[in-house]
Amino acid sequence: MIAGFLTRRLAGLAATLVAASFLVFGALYLAPGSPETFLLAGRAANPEALAAIRAQYHLDDPFLIQYVKWLGQMVTGDLGQSVQYRSPVLGLIEARLPGTLLLIAMSALLVVLFGVGLGWISAVRGGATDSAVLVGTTVALGTPSFVAAIVLLWLFSVKLGWFPTIGGGQGLADMIYHLTLPSVALSLYWIGVLTRVTRTSMLDELGREHVEVARSRGIPERTVIRRHVLRNALGPISTMSGLTISGLVISTVLVESAFGLGGLGEFLARSVSVKDFPVVQAISLLIVALFVVVNLVVDLLYPLIDPRVGYGARGAR
Amino acid sequence: MTAAALTRRPGLKHIRTRRNGLYLTCLAFVGLVVVVALIAPWLAPADPNATDLGAALTDPSPGHPLGADIAGRDTLSRLLLGSRTSLLGPLGIVAFSTVLGVVVGVTAGWRGGWIDTALSRSSELLLAFPGLLLAILFVALYGEGLLAPVVALSLAYLPFVSRLARSLTLSERQRPYLAAYRVQGFSGLSICVRHLIPNIAPVVLAQSTVNFGYALLDMAALSFLGLGVPPLTPDWGSMINAGQTALLQGKPLSAVLPCVLIVVTVVAFNVVGEHWADRVARRER
Repeated sequence: MIAGFLTRRLAGLAATLVAASFLVFGALYLAPGSPETFLLAGRAANPEALAAIRAQYHLDDPFLIQYVKWLGQMVTGDLGQSVQYRSPVLGLIEARLPGTLLLIAMSALLVVLFGVGLGWISAVRGGATDSAVLVGTTVALGTPSFVAAIVLLWLFSVKLGWFPTIGGGQGLADMIYHLTLPSVALSLYWIGVLTRVTRTSMLDELGREHVEVARSRGIPERTVIRRHVLRNALGPISTMSGLTISGLVISTVLVESAFGLGGLGEFLARSVSVKDFPVVQAISLLIVALFVVVNLVVDLLYPLIDPRVGYGARGAR
Repeated sequence: MTAAALTRRPGLKHIRTRRNGLYLTCLAFVGLVVVVALIAPWLAPADPNATDLGAALTDPSPGHPLGADIAGRDTLSRLLLGSRTSLLGPLGIVAFSTVLGVVVGVTAGWRGGWIDTALSRSSELLLAFPGLLLAILFVALYGEGLLAPVVALSLAYLPFVSRLARSLTLSERQRPYLAAYRVQGFSGLSICVRHLIPNIAPVVLAQSTVNFGYALLDMAALSFLGLGVPPLTPDWGSMINAGQTALLQGKPLSAVLPCVLIVVTVVAFNVVGEHWADRVARRER
């Protein structure tokens, strides 16, 4: 059963990736003008450059062959040549990837730590704590990441001067220091989401009979909460955490641009403004791939967390 | 009929209430923003693109009640006129995605079979593309301006509408009155257009109102990146972008005010849409 489920899911994953890459490649032909002039975007339109582009994108082949060849190059790591930098896209992406990954990791850590923590406290304590958390998360939920970035910049960098206003920093410690405000801006909304999900699903479990039974057997309250309430509430929490990571990835474009971090997201936005299409294609593919893979991982983890759910029967509970 | 749930992004759905006070306040605010957008040119005290370099980076003054940005453009006038572009983009997105989504969803639900499978699979594929990424890709292809992001985001919002319309159609076609029309020999098209769509319209429109808020957010995000509206057009998102320099030099108004307006408008649209959806759901029950 698990093998069948895995094959089905992997086939679905492959289909989505192929379709998405087809879209990203075919976009070239949706653009106004011929593909090679579009790729050069008015730069150095001499015959040699045009010929180089035609060769690189196999533009003399039939469309489907072009696509297959292009996809083959992408998969083997040949992401093409940046029009703006005149160097391989792979190298440009590699240089910017660590900062972005660190930003996403820090934000994800914040989201899980504060999301689950605040939801837990809010569900267990109730009363004034609960109300305070509810008000706080309402504010967080209404604040998109770029607005949070602007407000945090104003408060902590300009007014208080605690954090740098721009740049990604050098070395790990300095990078973490530079990425503190950005990761807060990025995670704020998702902390709100995860807090609400944790709170709701824990309250849901708290009201169930098995919790009453556990309590009446004299099991300490802490253990009841940890082993009986939280454990059962983990399903919705993990699903939402997966969504969180995909959400964080696309929002890096906004936060990195606001803080001038020079990461992958900012690179994508810049490349669009300067019409560096090979870079846009490569980063878009990367983001979609990440999106799909994260969804698959969450699907695979779900039955491990909640054994009542078999593979392929997600949400049938 | 089981009330089909609206598709919301995780998050904003939690900001909902059955209290009428908040709903009425939000409705009033939405109305106010729309009216201001309509009559903005007559309200604005100055030309939004007129640069008064003497006023750049100064505090609010009688000449510029909310100050001016780094190029000395009047913040109040830009906020007022910016409401036009900030609402026009989402309006286009919602109109496009609603019409197209209803067509796709009703067709899929009514016809079933391979058409349903094909349409449902393609909308799932669209969901694999984050909306913002699709918009960025379209801007990369067609250049800046309102049209490219509006088309891209309409496609990104289409699955939310079409899935809702499909599930509504599926439950609605079970009902006797539609069977009665069919027995009388009305064509499928005429039943759908004249009877089915009017009946599912309230729920779909509630979903579209919720979508309006999200679309405004996405458009503002694009303009913030400098990929939305053309440079000279006043717009809340691009105001934040331009205002950031002034903010870093200690004059935050021209960046923070559009932030506030965006957040409040999005929340207001969301509350109104949710309230409508709740009301429709109660009536159905």
